[in-house]
Amino acid sequence: MKKESVRLHINGKIRELEVEPNRILLDVLRQDLELTGTKRGCDDSSCGACAVLIDGEPQMSCLMLSVSYQDQEITTIEGVADGSELDPLQRGFAIEGGAQCGYCTPGMILTAKHLLARNPEPTDQELNEALSGNLCRCTGYVQILASVRKAMELLRAKRPLEVQPR
Amino acid sequence: MSQPSNFPPHNGSAVGARIPMVDSVDKVTGAGKYADDLTLPGMLVGKILHSPHAHARIRSIDTSAAEQLPGVYAVATGRETPVKYGILPIGHDETIFAVDKVRYIGDNVAGLAADSEAIADEALRLIDVDYEILPGYFDPEKSMEAEQDLIHEDKPRNIEKEYHHHFGDVEAGFAAADYIRHDRFECAEVTHAALEPHSTLARFDSQGTLTVWSSTQVPYYLMKTLAATLQMPESKVRVIKPLVGGGFGGKSEVIPLELAAAVLARKAGHPVKITYSREEVFYAHRGRPRQTVELKTGVTREGKLTAVEARIVQDGGAFCGYGVVTILYSGQLLNAMYDIPNVKFDGYRVLTNKPACGAMRGHGTVNTRFAFEQQLNMIATVLGIDPVEIRRRNLLQAPCITVNGLRVLSYGLPECIDKVAGQSDWNEKYGKQRFGKGIGIAGSHYVSGAANPIIRAQMPHTTVNLSADEKGVVTIFTGASEIGQGSDTMQVQIVAAELGIPVDRVKIVAADTALTPVDLGSYSSRVTFMAGNAALDAARNLRQVIMAAAKKSTNAGNQLTFDDAARLAIGPNETLTAAGTYAPPKDAQGGKFKGAGVGPSPAYSYSAQVAEVTVDTETGEVRVDRITAAHDCGKAINPINVEGQVIGSVWMGLGQAVQEEMVWEGGRLMNPGLLEYRSASTHESPPIDPIIVESNDPEGPFGAKEAGEGSLAATIPAVAHAIYDAVGVWINTLPITPEKVLKALEEKKKTGVRS
Repeated sequence: MKKESVRLHINGKIRELEVEPNRILLDVLRQDLELTGTKRGCDDSSCGACAVLIDGEPQMSCLMLSVSYQDQEITTIEGVADGSELDPLQRGFAIEGGAQCGYCTPGMILTAKHLLARNPEPTDQELNEALSGNLCRCTGYVQILASVRKAMELLRAKRPLEVQPR
Repeated sequence: MSQPSNFPPHNGSAVGARIPMVDSVDKVTGAGKYADDLTLPGMLVGKILHSPHAHARIRSIDTSAAEQLPGVYAVATGRETPVKYGILPIGHDETIFAVDKVRYIGDNVAGLAADSEAIADEALRLIDVDYEILPGYFDPEKSMEAEQDLIHEDKPRNIEKEYHHHFGDVEAGFAAADYIRHDRFECAEVTHAALEPHSTLARFDSQGTLTVWSSTQVPYYLMKTLAATLQMPESKVRVIKPLVGGGFGGKSEVIPLELAAAVLARKAGHPVKITYSREEVFYAHRGRPRQTVELKTGVTREGKLTAVEARIVQDGGAFCGYGVVTILYSGQLLNAMYDIPNVKFDGYRVLTNKPACGAMRGHGTVNTRFAFEQQLNMIATVLGIDPVEIRRRNLLQAPCITVNGLRVLSYGLPECIDKVAGQSDWNEKYGKQRFGKGIGIAGSHYVSGAANPIIRAQMPHTTVNLSADEKGVVTIFTGASEIGQGSDTMQVQIVAAELGIPVDRVKIVAADTALTPVDLGSYSSRVTFMAGNAALDAARNLRQVIMAAAKKSTNAGNQLTFDDAARLAIGPNETLTAAGTYAPPKDAQGGKFKGAGVGPSPAYSYSAQVAEVTVDTETGEVRVDRITAAHDCGKAINPINVEGQVIGSVWMGLGQAVQEEMVWEGGRLMNPGLLEYRSASTHESPPIDPIIVESNDPEGPFGAKEAGEGSLAATIPAVAHAIYDAVGVWINTLPITPEKVLKALEEKKKTGVRS
């Protein structure tokens, strides 16, 4: 198959490469760009391990052709930390045991990142709803939910105090 | 635990600390490498051709067209690699690729290596196999009637192995009983479905040394099997375990792709990586077999157990795998968490034309435990004894040796029962809630590693080496396999505690057969007890080495800090090293009867759980509202990780209880995907409250025992019991689907009898 030139905006960098138009984004990230933090857990978008953010929205990279996402900002797990400073979600997952085998972790963190960006104080139900497309076989989700709540706590401490009108 | 500490005396502060796993940053940043993340220059894609037939003779295989396809480097079939292997010395019945015959849909017929996945797929289609189809066996009871076309010629009646155990005198025991109950239980087949699909990268270097990076729980056994099947010296085989994305037993024996990648790498002269698709993972299987349990239990009016008798049949699939061990565990741990004087067990491990079953979390014990605990709850109900109370009346008096020869030193079951009953408000809820809401209780136990190794060798089960260098860093070299359960972190905490140094001064090099000493692997929940004890032994020895060297330079003796002692000692010596080992004591190795080798462990964990459910009587749907789980892990080296293991076990048990099932049509799996298999999402996952019980085992490292598997088995009967409490029906077949609940409710309405 004839290759096409693509320009991908990934983690704040522009990556130009030649790919076959039928290659899924997951494979291009993992094989061509060595961004192996994005994982493949199934073949049919049922597990969420391959989730990345496209313009801030979580999407399964196993369902997407890489050539279709040339003008959008793609964020993978490698783009979540600020240099050596871990994101509050990454700290939360480390502190609360949210990452056992770690294989679902990148997808979980990115999905939670999208949720907290929209809704910094989600209810338990909103949290469950947001993470319901990301499967984990280790944790029973209990420590994952605790990890996100820990991140909410860390983020709260960073936010300027809001003065409530009386 | 980062405060300065003395050396000696050690203060043990790193043990019991809720610290993040030592590899957690790698996992949360995506920097950590799993097998499929690795690449090598010139690496090829490996693929396996699987059998479309459940049972067939291979008349011929023509690979010539595939070999001639541009971009194909190697094609391999069974005749080239006929050496038989298997995880158990008595179960060497597999070959890398099928020789002359396929035994299940998905069996490995041929393998090839090509430049790209697309070429590999095309080449697979070009392999022409001529099959002569044989009758297939899919039901173990029918399979046992087979007289011809056996699955393995040396296994008459397709029975892999049968065991008949009798301890005490069951006839006398039943004669002494006031009430005897007979029930039949059926448990569906389930699988691990670790989120990381199996993956292996193999490379031969110019010296002929093979290096294999693989998603394995057992690097040491993999190294030995590679050497045996590729007919190479073990000294030329190196296995490296990168991060592993979950195992649960599914990576605890050698999986065909691990050998196929090596064979193809040798033939192609290039590195080869094979990664299974999710469907291939389901067919690789090695999960928990379908099992029927016919159970007869006798009890006095007061609820004291007098005898138990079980006939257990396991649908083992086409190869032995761990099967002999699985059937033995199902019998050996039938009685051993309670005081039952008379026990009879008839166990049959039967071959069928399906993927081989194997070890899965709670290996062999889970389905038997479901049957036993469910029946105990039925008995309590009939006798009008509170189900919590009936358990208290049948406790072991530890230390003791059970009737089947299992040595029990620490026994936290009574405390587990008390804790869950208390925390769940059992007395206020049991039998007292509205129709549709229920609460149930059950217990379970599990080994902390097998006291007898799989391979018959008189060597320690684990060796750990330590080195201390002039930077004040202590490095652990261990063969133990981190698979997400916290193996590395546990060893770091133990060494740091024993030496009285901060955990960030302890580094770990693990699971590389060229660099690290022998450890048998991450299975049977052996790592904390065995590798933990070896790490502790090594740390004690290192302390002595350092002190002895330091004393040559000073009279300060026991007042020295680790840093001072290390500086004094290492100064003239550059680095200091010490080794530690662990082997189970003789008196923990069990009895002398046939099959006695499986079941004995140096220590057993105990669990008690309370499940609370709401049953929708219109739809039959069971919603689990909460599970309270107390687990006796001896001592929590890292409480966060212990809680994570307990919660994860409970959750996996819950999946088996109410939704997971491998659905077969003949030899074809109808649900080989994570959605179809119904792995629970956040929506179906209830709050799970873990309670750590610390019985301080006298032989465990700092008192620690197993935490990663034992809780699973209690969840299923606790949920089933809660369903009975909610709506008055006992469901004896797993999984407990809405259909089964509705049917039972209809039966109950018709007969007016509580089944």
